[in-house]
Amino acid sequence: METLYLIFIDPFVQMVVEPAFLVEVLIGGLTSGVMYSLVALGFVLIFKASGIFNFAQGIFVLFAALNFVGLMDLGVHPILAFVITIGIMTALAFVVDRLVLRPLVNQDPIILFMATIGIAFFLEGFGETLWGGDVRPVRVGIPDEALFWEAGFGEILVQSADLFAGVIAAFLVTTLALFFHFTPVGRALRAVADDHQAALSVGIPLNNIWVIVWAVAGFVALAAGIMWGAKLGVQFALSTIALKALPVLILGGFTSIPGAIIGGLIVGAGEKVFENYWGVPLLEGATEDWFAYIVAMIFLFFRPQGLFGEKIIERV
Amino acid sequence: MLTKKLVTAGVAAAIAAGAIGVAQAEEGQFIPALTYRTGPFAPGGIPTANGYVDYFHLINERDGGVNGVKFIVEECEYGYKTDRGVECYDRLKDKHGGATAVSPYSTGTTYALIDKATADKIPILSMGYGRTSAADGRVFPYVFNFPATYWSQATAVIQYIANEMGGLEALKGQRFAFIFLDHPYGKEPIPTFDILAEKFGFTYDKYPVPFATGTEQKSVWLQIRRTKPAYIIMWGWGVMNATAVKEAANIKFDMSKFIGNWWSASEQDVLPAGDGAIGYKGATFNGAGTGYKIFEDMEGMSGLSDDGDRGTVLYNRGMVNAAYVVEAVRLAQEKYGKGKRVTGEQVRWAFENLDLNAEDIEGLGLTGLMPTTKVTCLNHEGTNPAILIQQWNGKAWEIITDWIPAMTDVVRPLIEQDAAQYAKDNNITPRTCS
Amino acid sequence: MLYREAGQFKTSYSADQAMLTIPLDRWFVFALAAFAIVGVPLLASEYLMVSILLPVLILSIAALGLNILTGYCGQLSLGTGAFMAAGAYLAYKIATNITWLPIWVVIPLAGLCAAAIGIAFGLPSLRIKGFYLAVATLAAQFFLLWLFVKVPWFVNDSISGVPPAPPRTVFGFQVTGAAAGDEAKYLFVLAFVIALAWIARNLARSRIGRSWMAIRDMDIAAELVGIRPLPTKLSAFAISSFYCGVAGALWAMCYINSVEPTAFDINRSFQVLFMVIVGGLGSVLGSFLGAAFIFLLPIFLNSAPGWFGYSVASDTITHIEFMLFGVLIIFFLIVEPHGLARLWQIAKEKLRLWPFPY
Repeated sequence: METLYLIFIDPFVQMVVEPAFLVEVLIGGLTSGVMYSLVALGFVLIFKASGIFNFAQGIFVLFAALNFVGLMDLGVHPILAFVITIGIMTALAFVVDRLVLRPLVNQDPIILFMATIGIAFFLEGFGETLWGGDVRPVRVGIPDEALFWEAGFGEILVQSADLFAGVIAAFLVTTLALFFHFTPVGRALRAVADDHQAALSVGIPLNNIWVIVWAVAGFVALAAGIMWGAKLGVQFALSTIALKALPVLILGGFTSIPGAIIGGLIVGAGEKVFENYWGVPLLEGATEDWFAYIVAMIFLFFRPQGLFGEKIIERV
Repeated sequence: MLTKKLVTAGVAAAIAAGAIGVAQAEEGQFIPALTYRTGPFAPGGIPTANGYVDYFHLINERDGGVNGVKFIVEECEYGYKTDRGVECYDRLKDKHGGATAVSPYSTGTTYALIDKATADKIPILSMGYGRTSAADGRVFPYVFNFPATYWSQATAVIQYIANEMGGLEALKGQRFAFIFLDHPYGKEPIPTFDILAEKFGFTYDKYPVPFATGTEQKSVWLQIRRTKPAYIIMWGWGVMNATAVKEAANIKFDMSKFIGNWWSASEQDVLPAGDGAIGYKGATFNGAGTGYKIFEDMEGMSGLSDDGDRGTVLYNRGMVNAAYVVEAVRLAQEKYGKGKRVTGEQVRWAFENLDLNAEDIEGLGLTGLMPTTKVTCLNHEGTNPAILIQQWNGKAWEIITDWIPAMTDVVRPLIEQDAAQYAKDNNITPRTCS
Repeated sequence: MLYREAGQFKTSYSADQAMLTIPLDRWFVFALAAFAIVGVPLLASEYLMVSILLPVLILSIAALGLNILTGYCGQLSLGTGAFMAAGAYLAYKIATNITWLPIWVVIPLAGLCAAAIGIAFGLPSLRIKGFYLAVATLAAQFFLLWLFVKVPWFVNDSISGVPPAPPRTVFGFQVTGAAAGDEAKYLFVLAFVIALAWIARNLARSRIGRSWMAIRDMDIAAELVGIRPLPTKLSAFAISSFYCGVAGALWAMCYINSVEPTAFDINRSFQVLFMVIVGGLGSVLGSFLGAAFIFLLPIFLNSAPGWFGYSVASDTITHIEFMLFGVLIIFFLIVEPHGLARLWQIAKEKLRLWPFPY
């Protein structure tokens, strides 16, 4: 009986009694969600354009951030370091396309998935060889202060860095949306995503398109890497944040850019609310590792293609 | 095409059949160094490994080894993976006439090696990690965890808090927070805290941090902001520490009331948080910085590591670890023959009879860097476990207290209880220590 | 010439239905098994047996399990580590609480428990497919590990939370725990490997195996010809989890000698998946080749410089190990996307014509 009370009634009582805390939890969740979305975006871009589940995206984030911070530590101006890193990621995209994707064209998705794991291993070793395994703090002047916002029902803590991440994410999504909708390259990308063969037949060069997509994913990885690096310092453990992006991905759908953002917000807010109101009182906490996955799993039961994914049509 | 495929098959076969070569080389005291300079825990692994290896190098270069017996150190990188750690141990244990002692530096690998090393008669020195109840030397003859265990550390941290608040009585009615990695390592001190809480009348909230990423802490800190604990104690590892320090700074928690255990308070943990980390405290059992005599001897010596981490907390800890091994070898030579290579079994005897007082440590040039230690057959933790509290001042860790002794009267019964359980489960008859 | 299929006539139905219809294949497999049982314990060093063969054999069982699910039934799973953990924790629980139960019963029992859990987490596969399913199985990975660490019941309220493997004997020889003899441990694991490989091979060519493959190749079509997806998919999940559970139990009991969560984390799931893909999807042989390749290649790369007298800093070696490992995976996928098992088949085809190819 008491358990039932704790499950069904008490959390809501708490929410009403302490609205300030609820708002804090929600804000905390949404801002965490944005950080997940930043990583998930990279996955979506590549999956959308080439149907490849790029397992190396987590390492991309780390690799981009390592290069950026490494260059800065060598005394390169941040903006220049940013530009050079984009160059490196583009070069990487080119190499991946030439050496990995072209020879494997038309293979099963699982083979391509495996190949991206190979890329992940390579970059893991390569990045550490170049820059070593130490923690490197990112100092690019991202404002990181606690802002206390006096709402009518209590004081609410907001991190300026979190807000900044939100702005960056919004900017990225808008830019990408504009890019996809209004530039010739963007249109070509969408055509390829729709149907490879049809795109080829109207003269869209498939290979260049893939290089572009991987380069854009590299750029998104750099943005995510800087934001995460500012939070945790650039270190090897950054590559595991991909794990937080995966439930976002299936919730939002593998092929939808807005899905990645909205999925991230849902996952972030959901897991924080669950952890604070149900996880800690009932399950002794630390539920955030699995909560998003369980929710995503249950959700997929009803909508197997995710929130915004393209409807799966099966024919014999 | 077929030819190409067959060549590939040949390559595959060659790799699969890769015979395991045997390297036999010069005489010396062999030290297998299980290290993790790569992977997610590399930031902690690199300085530890450097300190460990450098100290042996120093002894070889400066003193010509111990009574002329030089150390041969061979590293094996295992990336903090348990199975690779076991493989590394097996690969190295028989080289150069047999391993002297092994320090795995990971909870999982230590647990996996406890029985194995006992069977191989190679002592494990798990300095402040691994299985706490191994402090009962009757059940674990080959495992040593001096100068202090997690449980001793937990009591000493509480003792420190009591000192700060004005005595053990002041703990009554206080509310603390305990943040830990959701993993057997993080949960280790909970039974100890439970006993202390009951004994001294304080309460504490438990905040586990998910293991897979370690960075998922928003909820924890929101709760802490709400409950406003008097002190926060942290049992963290890897990227979790840096995140926690940063989040604590973000919610404007008084950093001087935030205490990490000895794996949660090194340079790597505070640097990402920048100035916010100033005031953060940590337990330790070794000094930080390069202001010790031993470092003068290292000036200008060639062949040492050059990662720029000399004097960091973990580097010095690696050195202390090596110093214990060197002194044990010295002691073993005194008993079993000076200038001769000693076996793991003989080093085990030496560990068990190690008695380093302040004078000995002074003679080594390590005063302030390592604690005095007296190990007995009964007590592999050392008879006087104690910790130091250090504080981050924005540039370096400063020791701010004298040695704070652990409450051995609380810890010892727990150790014996757990060791007895282990002995029962494993059909071990504890030896007698008289 | 040496290896022929022609001219070998079967004169009875049972010969026609034998697992290995070609005598040469049969003798080769028997010889290999005999060598593994008799030759290896006599010849191999302790390092080779305990640090190399033992983990490879155990991981082969896990790879067999995942191959049943992914290779034969086409359901991508990233929850292998969790099912292995289920086997390990429950084997410990059963072995320490029902002490009279022989260990060779305990381990399959733990496998059955893992199978039950596998069925529960296999339910979504009825709706979810492909990479969506792969990510959904991560729910099992994270939830189960969280559960085993969280609930002290699984480790008998051990204070340290990492209980040692209980020492148990078979025919008077200790086979679990660190005190067990190397040969005893090895043979104990080998017995499981041989039995499970034999079962897997026969399952694959039985009715149930064929229905798995029908589901894999196209599930709607399979449904239309009367294969019910629910029992088919769930049976694949159950049997696969059983194999993984046995592997996990053996890993904890015989290899690392302690029940510890990090041994079964997400990286283990990925590792086993690599084994299956590199070895060859839908191939029993591939599971073994993949397990050996993925487990041994890093160790080989790591120790190779030492054999030739080069001394390289240990971190540099590991970095190179990672890079080479990645490159080799890609190289193999490009050269032969169907895995090592396919290479073996090609080699056999070559042998058929040798030494007079046309």
